[in-house]
Amino acid sequence: MAKIKLQKIAHARSGDKGDTANVGLIAIDPKDYEILAKHVTAEKVKEHFKGICLGKVERFELPNLGALNFLLHESLGGGGTLSLKTDAQGKTYAAAILRMEIDA
Amino acid sequence: MKPIRIAAGQGFWGDWLEAPKNQVRQGPIDYLVMDYLAEITMSIMMKQKRKNPELGYATDFVDLMKEILPDVASKGIKVLSNAGGVNPTACAKKVREIANALGIGDKIKVAAIHGDDIAGRIDELVGKGHALKNMESGENISTISDKIQSANVYLGAEPMVKALKNGANIIIAGRVTDTGLTLAPMIHEFGWSMTDWDKMSTGTIAGHIIECGAQCSGGNCSYEWDSIPDMANVGFPIIEAHPDGTFYVTKHAGTGGRIDVRTVKEQLVYEMGDPKSYITPDCVADFSSINLADDGPNRVKVWGIKGTAKTEFFKVSVSYTDGWKAVGTLVYTWPDAIKKARVAGDILRARLEKLGLKFDEILTELVGVNSCHGPLTDTNNPDIPEVTFRVGVRGHDQKAVERFTREIAPLVLTGPPSVTGFAGGRPNVQEILAYWPALIRKEVVEPVVDYF
Repeated sequence: MAKIKLQKIAHARSGDKGDTANVGLIAIDPKDYEILAKHVTAEKVKEHFKGICLGKVERFELPNLGALNFLLHESLGGGGTLSLKTDAQGKTYAAAILRMEIDA
Repeated sequence: MKPIRIAAGQGFWGDWLEAPKNQVRQGPIDYLVMDYLAEITMSIMMKQKRKNPELGYATDFVDLMKEILPDVASKGIKVLSNAGGVNPTACAKKVREIANALGIGDKIKVAAIHGDDIAGRIDELVGKGHALKNMESGENISTISDKIQSANVYLGAEPMVKALKNGANIIIAGRVTDTGLTLAPMIHEFGWSMTDWDKMSTGTIAGHIIECGAQCSGGNCSYEWDSIPDMANVGFPIIEAHPDGTFYVTKHAGTGGRIDVRTVKEQLVYEMGDPKSYITPDCVADFSSINLADDGPNRVKVWGIKGTAKTEFFKVSVSYTDGWKAVGTLVYTWPDAIKKARVAGDILRARLEKLGLKFDEILTELVGVNSCHGPLTDTNNPDIPEVTFRVGVRGHDQKAVERFTREIAPLVLTGPPSVTGFAGGRPNVQEILAYWPALIRKEVVEPVVDYF
């Protein structure tokens, strides 16, 4: 087993719906989707975004796109125009998930 | 039946102004579709309309029509847009005036689509048993009824299909979905049944791919972004749609950017909820059914999309005022930039507390250190060259928020050293507009199409 930073095997995009951020994580090589599906669990993402994501994390699988979609609830300081955050729309959370390291 | 080419021109109100002109002039297209509306846009437009009943739409669209109407008329391109905002009729009349002034009035038929604005009907609807409860919290709409600024139903493709059938070539809608703008031409051209859910989902997903403009053709792409060529001349995406439901994502030859399965996948997952249940007014699309493959340079084939029946509800977005906020910044430099910014924050909080000011939230961020990735970043490095100290408050006491805006500048002379960056003056106090998502039964909403 070796530590792999997600940045090496995945790319990502994130966006918002109210106070929920969505983070789509996509395998660069579709063969690596299995690694993502096995190791990047909802629990792991919740732990990774500790202090940012105050609610639950949901995970959805898209094997046809080699992608996982995560919903990070209560993550945008109230969301929309309410939020005081610089990144009120979670646009940079895509980059943030690529900081994660997995043992694979 | 020939394939049709549907080109995206704007991903939001404020997007690159050259894009729709390039789409019309740099190669062949049949349709130009433009999305101008975000939730906040509707409430801004409502404010403008209250001040002047002739406003309340995306004025950029009118400026654009002045430039491209002659191209549109001579090439037979049809334009679909939700630029009408809260006043599609006023916008349509303006475009009619422009067409006449350009001497091409006989070649232009403008349609205005409304009926999405239910702000004036809320009491009536609630009285008839349509509760408009908050989809997330379950609260009753009466809790915000005196603060409502706008209320719009998200309409689908149907009224746009009707306008196309009646010969309109410039379609100006209020709050229609961005995906409906792309779906409508396919239904019209290919004669698709609006209960063929796989086809409705196909057009919807094509719309999702291009609704954010260049975000599927190289913009904001996290995969090898620095290898994407000529972003200065980025080509906005074009859907080449075929009657059997296969479509290709491409762009004009000679433009910059990149379209491949990776750039398209990134856009597909953008603002995604449950991918098997992407609900629009037209259908429920299943993103797990999508097949994608590269089909030559800057060309991606998409096929096999499935979906299920539309629901009995439209989504409604209600905006309401919910307090006040202000955000200010200062810049601190080496040495100990982070420590200085933190101490400034402590001083400011102590002063606000001593003044007895009450806020719902005070947020301090260090831009350049932790403002986006928060606790995932190293915040203890004493050697960083500089940091922007950013502080914001929000609350329901407007006077308290105003007083806060007067407490930032004093830190320059009464706080830590090597501080600058207060050239912009006191920050503005902004009224907060919050959103209330709700559902309403489709039968009580009647989309209207008028022609000009």
